[in-house]
Amino acid sequence: MKRKEGVIKDLKVKLLSYKKSPVSFILFLLVTVPACITFFILLFIIGYILINGIPHITIGLFEWKYTSSNVSLMPALVNTILMVFLSLVLSVPVGVFTAIYLVEYTKSDNKLVSIIRITAETLSGIPSIVYGLFGFLLFVTALRWGISLISGAFTVSIMVLPLIMRTTEEALKAVPDSYREVSFGLGAGKLRTVFHIVLPAAFPGILSGIILAIGRIVGETAALIYTAGTVAEIPSGKDFLFDSTRTLSLHMYALSSEGLYTNQAYATAVVLLVIVLFINWLSGVLAKRIMKGNQA
Amino acid sequence: MKKYKEQAMGIIFLLAACTSIICVVLICLFLFSNGIPAIGKIGIKEFLAGSEWKPGDTPPSYGILPMILGSIYVTTGAIIIGVPIGVFTAIFIAKFCPEKILKWLKPAIDILAGIPSVVYGFFGIVALVPAVRYTFGGNGNSMLTASILLGIMILPAIISVSAEAINAVPESYYEGSLALGASHERSVFCAVLPAAKSGITAAVILGTGRAIGETMAVIMVSGNQARMPSGLLKGIRTLTANIAIEMGYAADLHREALFATGVVLFVFILVINLLFSLLKRRNG
Repeated sequence: MKRKEGVIKDLKVKLLSYKKSPVSFILFLLVTVPACITFFILLFIIGYILINGIPHITIGLFEWKYTSSNVSLMPALVNTILMVFLSLVLSVPVGVFTAIYLVEYTKSDNKLVSIIRITAETLSGIPSIVYGLFGFLLFVTALRWGISLISGAFTVSIMVLPLIMRTTEEALKAVPDSYREVSFGLGAGKLRTVFHIVLPAAFPGILSGIILAIGRIVGETAALIYTAGTVAEIPSGKDFLFDSTRTLSLHMYALSSEGLYTNQAYATAVVLLVIVLFINWLSGVLAKRIMKGNQA
Repeated sequence: MKKYKEQAMGIIFLLAACTSIICVVLICLFLFSNGIPAIGKIGIKEFLAGSEWKPGDTPPSYGILPMILGSIYVTTGAIIIGVPIGVFTAIFIAKFCPEKILKWLKPAIDILAGIPSVVYGFFGIVALVPAVRYTFGGNGNSMLTASILLGIMILPAIISVSAEAINAVPESYYEGSLALGASHERSVFCAVLPAAKSGITAAVILGTGRAIGETMAVIMVSGNQARMPSGLLKGIRTLTANIAIEMGYAADLHREALFATGVVLFVFILVINLLFSLLKRRNG
């Protein structure tokens, strides 16, 4: 309580000092008001969806089979998990290995490294609909995989590749050189040093990047609509990789563009929002932990 | 044996590192090889400057000028709304924000960046569209609605890049200005900001790229009529929306024309990215 009064007093002193310089006060307002607007936009969006959505979360929404009467999101949720798993299996090794190559195996600035960096930057700037087009052309049409789980997984794994690369690179760079020197000094080879010393030390940072990538995949729509399709069923059987699927975001899009199930769309939005926000929070916590670890 | 393994893994790492190069080459190859022939068939002038998009007519017309203008207008609107709010918020975060408020504001911006675009789109449908309809008239699915929504969506990118740029200005600029008798506000606006100019421009360019590339949220609120944009409160269709809406049923030349639309979008984005990395490099 006392502290609060102190803050108010500080503010009062500050505001009084503006009496002498109205221009400064205007500038102060100019930056404070937009910051408040940003904050309230967020509160409004989250609040609006939660307040309208939470009352409509029903058990029917989580039934195993989708029908047009229960509009269950369960199949979409399972498909999302499958999609995330497959995409990570594809993108994590490639992303992590690339980062290892960039940090551990090259002398900073050769030509190849700068090309790799430029292409990674290009990849991270490409809009998701262009990934969707590319996935449709290569995986769906040219490779004849059809609109399927696997086409979608390949498409989004390319999309999250630069993200995983960048976060892993940062995590690897944050590992102190003394770790490597000690390992070499004890007679370990380069490979052993990387896998037994550097990677474990960088693990929380890498994990935080992977979790961020999961968030991207869960929230992705445009890249998946013509690669993974919109069938609201859990793929099964021997060829399940080649079945068309619908992830939670696509489900959300289908519901809200049909316009018939507004209440269920609200509830689905809540579930999607909670999942994505939880994932981002988790990533932030891990990232903070490595920052602390490095300071200690 | 051990040496052999070391070398093998070294090669594997190198191959992995080349994946991103291969991906970019493949994307360019597939997109251009499928899109360019269509532009040739339609005629480059008819395609880029034609104001009619009527793939169902006989003979069909494939002019994407309405969509190009649509993308440009919506993006401009998003910049007009998003940049002032974003840049001033960044200044607040970098130079005005007390530690206690920062603890709330920083995560808020991260959350804003994490919300999926379908959720933004859904919010647009249920909240923004009716709001625009009641306040300004029209049916709500309009250029204005799309601009507002995109303006919100590009906020986090603009805020984080500009705040970084402002923080990167040496503290001595600010201190020097204070020592000359300028107030805190004056020092920030007249000494620090001009020094961060190229970084802030980079932030605006990044926001432009995001706005042009956004698909789902725009489709859900902009009406999507494929005709020349005729007003703030009228419906509009962007390049991204054109692809996403018609890909599902397009065939033959119509489908190729959509790939060509993708090529135009891709070129837009490449130019924007190039500008962004040039500015960022100059800043760094």
